[in-house]
Amino acid sequence: MSVIPLGDRDVAPLAPRCWRFWTLDDDQTMTADTADQRPPVQTVRKPFFRKRSAIPGFGLTMGVTLTILSLLVLIPLSAVVLKAAQQSPAEFWAVATSERAMAAYRLSFGAAFVAAAINGVFGVLTAWVLVRYEFPLKTLVNALVDLPFALPTAVAGIALATLYAPTGWVGQFLTPLGIKAAYNPVGVVIALIFIGLPFVVRTVEPVLRDAAADVEEAAASLGASRIQTIARIILPALGPAWLTGFAMAFARGVGEYGSVIFIAGNMPYRSEIAPLLIIIQLEQFEYTRAATIAVVMLAVSFLMLLIINAIQAWARRFD
Amino acid sequence: MGAASSKARGATDDPAWAKILLIGAVFVFLALVLILPLVAVFAEALRKGLDAAILAARQPDALAAVKLTLLTAAIAVPFNAVFGLCAAWAIAKHDFRGKALLITLIDLPFSVSPVVAGLIYVLIFGLQGWFGEWLLDNDIRIIFAVPGIVLATVFVTFPFVARELIPLMQEQGTSEEEAAISMGASGLYTFWRVTAPNVRWGLLYGVLLCNARAMGEFGAVSVVSGHIRGLTNTMPLHVEILYNEYDFVGAFAVAALLCLLAVVTLVLKTALEIAQPDVRGRRGH
Amino acid sequence: MTIAIRSVEKQFGRYPALNKVDLEIADGELLALLGPSGSGKTTLLRTIAGLEFPDAGQVLFDGQDVTYASAAARRVGFVFQQYALFKHMTVAKNIAFGLDVRKGKDKPSKAEIARRVEELLKLVELEGLGGRYPSQLSGGQRQRVALSRALAVQPSVLLLDEPFGALDATVRKSLRRELRRVHDATGVTTIFVTHDQEEALELADRVAILNNGRIEQIGTPDQVHDAPETAFVCGFVGEANRFDGQVSGGRFNAGALTVPASALKDGAATAYVRPHDFALDEAGFEVLIERAQVQGALTAVTALTSDGRRLEISASRADADRFTGAVKIVARKAHVYAA
Repeated sequence: MSVIPLGDRDVAPLAPRCWRFWTLDDDQTMTADTADQRPPVQTVRKPFFRKRSAIPGFGLTMGVTLTILSLLVLIPLSAVVLKAAQQSPAEFWAVATSERAMAAYRLSFGAAFVAAAINGVFGVLTAWVLVRYEFPLKTLVNALVDLPFALPTAVAGIALATLYAPTGWVGQFLTPLGIKAAYNPVGVVIALIFIGLPFVVRTVEPVLRDAAADVEEAAASLGASRIQTIARIILPALGPAWLTGFAMAFARGVGEYGSVIFIAGNMPYRSEIAPLLIIIQLEQFEYTRAATIAVVMLAVSFLMLLIINAIQAWARRFD
Repeated sequence: MGAASSKARGATDDPAWAKILLIGAVFVFLALVLILPLVAVFAEALRKGLDAAILAARQPDALAAVKLTLLTAAIAVPFNAVFGLCAAWAIAKHDFRGKALLITLIDLPFSVSPVVAGLIYVLIFGLQGWFGEWLLDNDIRIIFAVPGIVLATVFVTFPFVARELIPLMQEQGTSEEEAAISMGASGLYTFWRVTAPNVRWGLLYGVLLCNARAMGEFGAVSVVSGHIRGLTNTMPLHVEILYNEYDFVGAFAVAALLCLLAVVTLVLKTALEIAQPDVRGRRGH
Repeated sequence: MTIAIRSVEKQFGRYPALNKVDLEIADGELLALLGPSGSGKTTLLRTIAGLEFPDAGQVLFDGQDVTYASAAARRVGFVFQQYALFKHMTVAKNIAFGLDVRKGKDKPSKAEIARRVEELLKLVELEGLGGRYPSQLSGGQRQRVALSRALAVQPSVLLLDEPFGALDATVRKSLRRELRRVHDATGVTTIFVTHDQEEALELADRVAILNNGRIEQIGTPDQVHDAPETAFVCGFVGEANRFDGQVSGGRFNAGALTVPASALKDGAATAYVRPHDFALDEAGFEVLIERAQVQGALTAVTALTSDGRRLEISASRADADRFTGAVKIVARKAHVYAA
């Protein structure tokens, strides 16, 4: 007869731990003596780390996961912090907040914010149209929204630079209007709109799809106009997903490099993004300076992750 | 609610003019941001005719870049697929403390700038890095060589498969596996015969996205590559070099190849979504 | 307010959901729309609410044609099966919504709205919960919020779609009484949809029974139970033993059972006998008792006829001992319909 494994630890005996306190009928009253004759029940410590499960393989898969995660992600990331820590806090501060670095942060964060905001509007609009309406080429439009996930960023970069250059297909119409798109901070925003669009669409879309029609019908039956229903019921319900998408687009935009450098112009103090500044420091063998700016950017990444998790925890309250 | 009579509009329906206006706005926006760039790549590549484009794409350096890109993806994608399966099995089929933290850490490479991703490996394996001297003494090259490119690619594509499988396997729960194990099946047998068939489409979906990113990664690879023509140039890096040398036909010809990769990815992805609607990604990448 | 439905038709694709439905509802009435799923009862309710629009026919509110008026214009209170509460709003904001969205002089003052919300919370016995979010409430509490939200706009008619469908049995019963109480306190014309005959018979003034997009019968609970007009109603409302047989010379015969059917022509017919309409009688036909079990005040009996039919009989508890072995029974009452 074979024994069925129930997990990779011993199974806890199924014994009540507080049998002494059972209420007994009068005629069955148990004396202390008889009680003591019962075999002592060993209390099994509640597992601290992992709850018991019948499914095997936890040790192996968890071990592989943690090992690879540590070796490839966590330890290398700590290298950049350690490198930056080789200087004194004052030096660190001076490099991290140098005028050129500040200009680069302003551009990276500012352009990422503006692009995420524009995507916030058009992303919701795109998701709305995809979920609610039927129109020709809908499958194509739906597939196209994911293009920024599939198209290499360098390709997007040279294509956008060519389009929005003063002589380009789109740029030639902007020049007479006094708008210089490419080789300018505007160009950075254009590239980051491209990069960030699917984040907003794909976070808002499932929420919109799952939103029950009865909530809208309830609003209408209570006398709300269509505009009131959209403004007071639908959009607020999308709020957490929209914020998540916005934060993800923003975080991606802050760190984006490939699509931006071709269209930005890369002028120090003016159109130089923070990731480019890291590369420039690196090419000048200024490893500590590069690490310093990288640490600032990592801190922002962590902050964004925390914010995204907080938004999602907050949103779960309403479900 | 399409059946609603023409005489009245349902409570969840918008007027026709609003629909047309909104659909039109989306089309204009997507044309400016997504469609025109795609068209521009092919137009620029074919500016001097198809022959010139094909010639440019068949330069030895370009072919070397294609080979390196395929090699990198061939290592990074299976590696991340195996990692993703391990992580998803541990996370989705078991309960333990710190699960949310672990998921966040696996997601971390998504929010790290690709340039920082490259930098960390330079700081470890570069000449002045932790192992710089030891590697030099033993004549092992990682930075400015293929291993560095693979490492950087693995980093930036790290979460793709895990991200896809964890929610999918969580949704499927553990009852099927528990049933198999209660009937005496081994863990590995249960995985192959019960779990794997349930997640194969989700796995394929994750692999597809992982592959697109692996072949297209620019920033991280750019930092560790050293841009040695014919040796450490991947396709995206080769595009950059040609573009900066004002060889636009060459740059856009290689870019057009990468566009085809993107189009194939999107077609497969859409086909997969239509055939298996429940694999649709639960959040953006 | 009185409501009139005049030969309303509605198709979904090729499937007729409503087939020439006529219905008059009196002011202050509490009406149940009862039927199996797919019978068209929810479509009818949504048509009255202005959430669906008929392909043909008319809907009249107090004699005024509102057939194609929007839901917003009709001032109906609608309670959805899954409550449809606004998750991101507090209970008080949910209830106030219908007043908040009004414009200009129709919109009550803030103080007036707050007073009204308090009043409604009190009516449905949820005082003090105005600041909670729907996710912090139990199913029964959510249903009460949905009810008071619908009542806040002082609707001309209150419509409820399977209002107790998602609740467990005990909460169901208490909310049923609550709805009756709220109806009596407000006097608002109320229509609710249900597939649960017990709910319809207990709660409603009148019951409309729907099947395949048609109204089979409208009447008081007693009428539909005791005098079902069609075979469907007889089978759907209350329990019944079904006999397929023949009418000849004004009598229905199916095996040992024979009952008068003077109104029917000769030919195939179906008879229904309620379990409590069988009685022990030496003049009757013989059955073999399979099982007799006391259930509360009654005895539930299963019996076999000589030709092999299985019958359900309901008798008083005192008679439990008499249902053993072979006994003779008669059908005191039967509903016979031409096939």
